[in-house]
Amino acid sequence: MIRQDYNRIDPKRRSTLDHKKKQFAIPTYKQQEYPHRLNLYEVPPTAEITLEQFEQWAIDRLRILAELEACSFRNKTPAETAAHITPLLQKWLPLHSNTSSSAGAQDESLKLERQKDHYSHFILRLAFSSTEDLRRRFARIECALFKLRFQNDDARERQAFVESLQLDWEVVSEDEKRSLATNLANATPGLKQKEVEEGGWFKVDFETVPELVESRRVFLKAGKAYVPVKEQMTMVLAGFNERLEKGLELAARAFPRLDEDDRLTPILNHLSKNFATPDSTLSDSDSALSGATINAASIDGLSQHFPLCMRNLHMTLRKNSHLKHFGRLQYTLFLKGIGLNLEDCLIFWRQAFKLITDDTFNKEYRYNVRHAYGDVGGDAIRRGRGYSPFSCQKILTEHPPGNGETHGCPYRHFSIDNLTTLLQTTGVNDRDVLRGVKEDVEKKRYHIACNRVFEFAYKDDIKRVKEDKSWGAAELDTIVHPNSYFKRAYMLSTGAKAGAGESRGDAMEL
Amino acid sequence: MPHSTAADLITPSSPLEEDSELPDAPPHALDVKEEREGDNQKELEIGVPVREDLKPDIKLEDLFDDVDDEDEEFPSSGATTGMVESSPPAVPIALAPSAKYTDPEVMLAFYQRLFPFRYLFQWLNHSIKPSNDFGHREFAFTLQNDAYLRYQSYPTGDLLRKDVLRVNPSRFEIGPVYTAPPRDRKTLRKSTAFRPMAKELVFDIDLTDYDEIRTCCSKANICHKCWSFVTMAIKVVDTALREDFGFQHIMWVYSGRRGAHAWISDKRARIMDDQRRKALAGYLEVVKGGAQSGKKVNVKRPLHPHLARSLDILKDHFQHDILEDQDPWAEPEKAERLLQLLPDKALNDALRKKWDAAPGRSSASKWADIDSLAKAGASKTLDGRLLLEAKQDIVLEYTYPRLDVEVSKKQIHLLKSPFVIHPGTGRVCVPIDTRRLTKFDPLGVPTVTELLGEIDDFDGQDLKEEDEGKKIQDYEKTSLKPYVDYFRTYVASLLKDEKGLKRERIDDDAMEF
Ligand SMILES: [Zn+2]
Repeated sequence: MIRQDYNRIDPKRRSTLDHKKKQFAIPTYKQQEYPHRLNLYEVPPTAEITLEQFEQWAIDRLRILAELEACSFRNKTPAETAAHITPLLQKWLPLHSNTSSSAGAQDESLKLERQKDHYSHFILRLAFSSTEDLRRRFARIECALFKLRFQNDDARERQAFVESLQLDWEVVSEDEKRSLATNLANATPGLKQKEVEEGGWFKVDFETVPELVESRRVFLKAGKAYVPVKEQMTMVLAGFNERLEKGLELAARAFPRLDEDDRLTPILNHLSKNFATPDSTLSDSDSALSGATINAASIDGLSQHFPLCMRNLHMTLRKNSHLKHFGRLQYTLFLKGIGLNLEDCLIFWRQAFKLITDDTFNKEYRYNVRHAYGDVGGDAIRRGRGYSPFSCQKILTEHPPGNGETHGCPYRHFSIDNLTTLLQTTGVNDRDVLRGVKEDVEKKRYHIACNRVFEFAYKDDIKRVKEDKSWGAAELDTIVHPNSYFKRAYMLSTGAKAGAGESRGDAMEL
Repeated sequence: MPHSTAADLITPSSPLEEDSELPDAPPHALDVKEEREGDNQKELEIGVPVREDLKPDIKLEDLFDDVDDEDEEFPSSGATTGMVESSPPAVPIALAPSAKYTDPEVMLAFYQRLFPFRYLFQWLNHSIKPSNDFGHREFAFTLQNDAYLRYQSYPTGDLLRKDVLRVNPSRFEIGPVYTAPPRDRKTLRKSTAFRPMAKELVFDIDLTDYDEIRTCCSKANICHKCWSFVTMAIKVVDTALREDFGFQHIMWVYSGRRGAHAWISDKRARIMDDQRRKALAGYLEVVKGGAQSGKKVNVKRPLHPHLARSLDILKDHFQHDILEDQDPWAEPEKAERLLQLLPDKALNDALRKKWDAAPGRSSASKWADIDSLAKAGASKTLDGRLLLEAKQDIVLEYTYPRLDVEVSKKQIHLLKSPFVIHPGTGRVCVPIDTRRLTKFDPLGVPTVTELLGEIDDFDGQDLKEEDEGKKIQDYEKTSLKPYVDYFRTYVASLLKDEKGLKRERIDDDAMEF
């Protein structure tokens, strides 16, 4: 039965493979060969496994992924992460090299390890295919795992694996290398002159290395990218990531049909629930502000307690009677997070966009607000409660504002002069604070700048709650979410007790 | 900006700007893939929503119920060649003297007599014989009442022409090639089976993105001075696309008012997925940052070869089109903006002193002052290399193309078709011949009413003996002729290469067996 479930995805998956791989994929129901330790997970599993194996293998892999994700939240270095994960991998998901056994790849225990790795990957791929958010997180952590294993692989076996991928890499001739030396050096940051001249260079289609192209870290000529040999890992990783993302999308399309199998669905749902974002719990606790009146009419008054990013959006909105798309999205989700209900949020935007007719509003804007609240879009089960309010991390790193856009984080996306002016407009005139903010921003410590302003604005209240010990240190931790900023600011200013369940600062965000 | 006030902090944006073509709601912020099929999705994708009461699959679809009959006239693609019938017989168009380009009968006469449907078909189909490249292609019409009608598709160019003549849209857009004819998307067993497969790589340059640096005009207005921004942008992007990415079939099209679009039809460009489109857009994007971000060009040193080459292309334009024509730092407040971008405080103080003493000093002189004061030793702390880099960054900030990259990142984005009429100006969205790029005059592009008048003028003349017997197409009677001729030649070369590609592919397959 389980085998058949995989087959439901199989035909589509297979259709994306090239002729040669197709030939290997066609004899299904057969044990697959695992000549290499590493796997690009291009071919779905075809042999039968027991329901117990299905669940146990998936849970074991999930432990590893959760630990890897935690390392990334704690900002561990690659070396620290490797040190933390390696023993766990040994325990839950070991994957030995061919040289570890005299029988090489034919060793039965090696085969079993590789089968478990292969199957557990595909089970989780299925479990986490249901939403864009889960897919992105899963792909990110799987790539981190692959990278870790790739780096630790035996050099010779790694080379054999890379060659087995049959990537279309052409070696750049010495003559061409010499004639392009300046361009190669200037286009490829971090290379020493000697590496340019003596190192190996590959010529690949520019489509193969989108990351290098996007960040302008590679020389391009007539559709070919000139890649130094040390970027090989980048290319393999890019290939891994791309195949995985495509695979996840295919899995997402196949998922609804799996609902028919009532034995797998609960397992898969359980797996994905264990992987839920703490981010979504944020809106639960932060929407429960006792005693606060939160409706369309109260936003103006409450906005004095908003963090600078939201305050800026609010002021821009009031001034222009309009916000561009990402500004609307960022602000709508924040408002949702502080407990403004959908109906009031629609009223709020309708009133704010003074210059447009009801007709235009209904046509162009209403849907997006409803979408943000999870009222429309996707199917009812998957969309859940819509999107989570953006964390600082997300605001700082995704979709920086372009021409004429005012979303983002003022500490990061404003010039220092404009930032200072904005702070002064909101009543922050203290020279020491402004100087501190400037220093923080120069060191790219945007959180610290924002927290500094928070501590200044509520210094009397903070002093009070510290003195009467009504708030503990944990409740005055560094703020890393705009909604935490508001909640804390509001409670401080109204003299409320520190509430239970305030989302903790470093709550993760992908 | 030390002199800025709270009011300056906020960039005015005008949601009601009459021909706002930019998608206000880029789709990628939201999880759009899941609801691509939803009708509401069009709001996210293109920002021009359909009125609730005019959903294409409800009432408007009824307007089209004779389409099926038409289809039966062309039972199989083998029988048709995709030929589009030539212009109708020369009947005087005789527009009322007051006729405006927005009048429906003007639009209709334009589609009937001038619009180059045949070449448009070949351009999108990549062959003479109708194929899925055309049949699965989405067209979206903006009707005279401003309703927006998506997911139209036609087996042949002639059927597109017939429908355009019947519906008489004020303009139409071109979208991707899908896995199935967009019109049939509702009949597919699985909604996910309908998804985009290919589209030309496109770029959009719009002068409103230059508002903070152009002094001559703002918003929708343009003049010859600011058109040079578009000229520079085309030079830089076109060069990069050819030399770096190896593309050959690049067509630039005037957007009818204040910008230009690029359409790249190389097969390799058409099949690029969104990740690669994003990478390519990122490679070309240099001027970044929002309304308040200060310095907008922050590029690494040594300069990437693409940037070094672009700087080389742009530096003459900077001298002439920026310093002289735009004179961006004439007033003291504006000169402050220049000083903000320079690295050395002592040098800035010396410059400020000099400029305060000479009000109205031109931007060209101010730019020259930077080097002369630096050489004269105005600052002890000056780092010559940093100053040079800052000056390079300034040249890029004032000349480097400002692309609306969101348009380029998604296969699914629709873009206005070449040769339609811009509703605000009446001008035809003509292709720009890049071999004569600097000669292109956006204000000299013919308007639809002028063109129709030219046909009447021509038909009113007595034909000379030798012309008789030879049928003259209507467009040949007008100033649209050079643009259609250019388009025809361009399409012919695309078709020629495409044919070569197909043969290669057949050979490849043969080798495999
Ligand atoms: Zn102008």
